[in-house]
Amino acid sequence: MNPTQSVMLITGTRKGIGKFLVEYYTQRGYLVEGCSRETPDWTCQGYHHHCTDVADEAGVQAMMNDIRKRQGRLDILINNAGIASMNHCLLTPIATAERIFRTNFIGSFLLLRESAKLMKKNRYGRIVNMGTVATPMKLEGESMYAASKAAVVNMTQVLAHELAPFGVTCNVVGPTPIETDLIRGVPKQKIQAILDRLAVKRLGHFEDVTNVIDFFIRPESDYITGQVVYLGGV
Amino acid sequence: MTQPSREAIQTLVTQCLQEILNQRGTELSAPLTADTPMFGTGGLLDSIGIVTMIVDVEQTIAAEFNATVSLADDRAMSQRNSPYRSISALTDYILGQLSEGA
Ligand SMILES: NC(=O)c1ccc[n+]([C@@H]2O[C@H](COP(=O)([O-])OP(=O)(O)OC[C@H]3O[C@@H](n4cnc5c(N)ncnc54)[C@H](OP(=O)(O)O)[C@@H]3O)[C@@H](O)[C@H]2O)c1
Repeated sequence: MNPTQSVMLITGTRKGIGKFLVEYYTQRGYLVEGCSRETPDWTCQGYHHHCTDVADEAGVQAMMNDIRKRQGRLDILINNAGIASMNHCLLTPIATAERIFRTNFIGSFLLLRESAKLMKKNRYGRIVNMGTVATPMKLEGESMYAASKAAVVNMTQVLAHELAPFGVTCNVVGPTPIETDLIRGVPKQKIQAILDRLAVKRLGHFEDVTNVIDFFIRPESDYITGQVVYLGGV
Repeated sequence: MTQPSREAIQTLVTQCLQEILNQRGTELSAPLTADTPMFGTGGLLDSIGIVTMIVDVEQTIAAEFNATVSLADDRAMSQRNSPYRSISALTDYILGQLSEGA
């Protein structure tokens, strides 16, 4: 497969890791489609934006129809959209719990289901879901966030089996803290305490994430599926 | 949207099934008819085959008739009168959905 013709869909592209992924993969010749709820304040050659909430089934289906009509194919999905909320469980409103699960878990599922339908046509697909070290580290104050990503991991491992007959692989990359708005509200000492528990004691960089994604999406990685790679040596 | 005719849907379903059977190199012992068992006892498709079939039919209907049908149903897979049991049963099921949505 010629990477210059590959069509990639990235969710949560307005800012943070998703925005970096758009820049990185358009520079490498991918045709990139992406979404977030709000319109980004930037544009990028080779990138097409959809204002879509990943947890809205009709919206996701409309976006996929549009991709099918314009591109005729989809090779890669990066399920990056995600939200977090730090709170003791005794202080976590049900609305927060639901919002986190709808975006992180249901959203990933919807994108995955609709993308796999498109990928199936060419019997080729690469799906990468976003996990987090909060899951294996059992971070206090992140019960809903960590659990929603644990659900993503488990779903990925089951779907690796269900999608293998269609030539679609499904893996997870689990970053350590990376400086984006997602962790802006987390106190410095909390972040430092997490870094102190890593084998490699530093913040993660965007390039640490693309390094793993690059491996998962290579055509040669057709025998790599259902895997979870955590950064930093958790 | 004007409702597609029964013939149009049945032809579409038959073509999708034929294509899957060709891809999988399934040999037919008798020509395909509207009542040939498709899924379930003695059916031509296994569980991966029926998943492929349902998605293909949904997508072809979306492309040709600009209509969204959702043929996935928790009960349909196991139901005795499953809408997946034959071409004609699936055709009826699709027509039912199209008229509901109209
Ligand atoms: N940064 C970290 O330390 C870290 C560590 C581990 C894992 N991660 C994971 O990495 C992913 C990206 O995180 P980030 O740090 O880049 O976060 P971020 O800077 O807060 O960006 C989140 C992105 O997701 C979009 N988004 C949020 N909810 C959405 C929805 N319902 N539908 C569509 N788009 C939505 C946002 O755009 P809109 O607001 O416009 O929708 C935004 O573009 C997340 O899955 C996160 O869990 C991050």
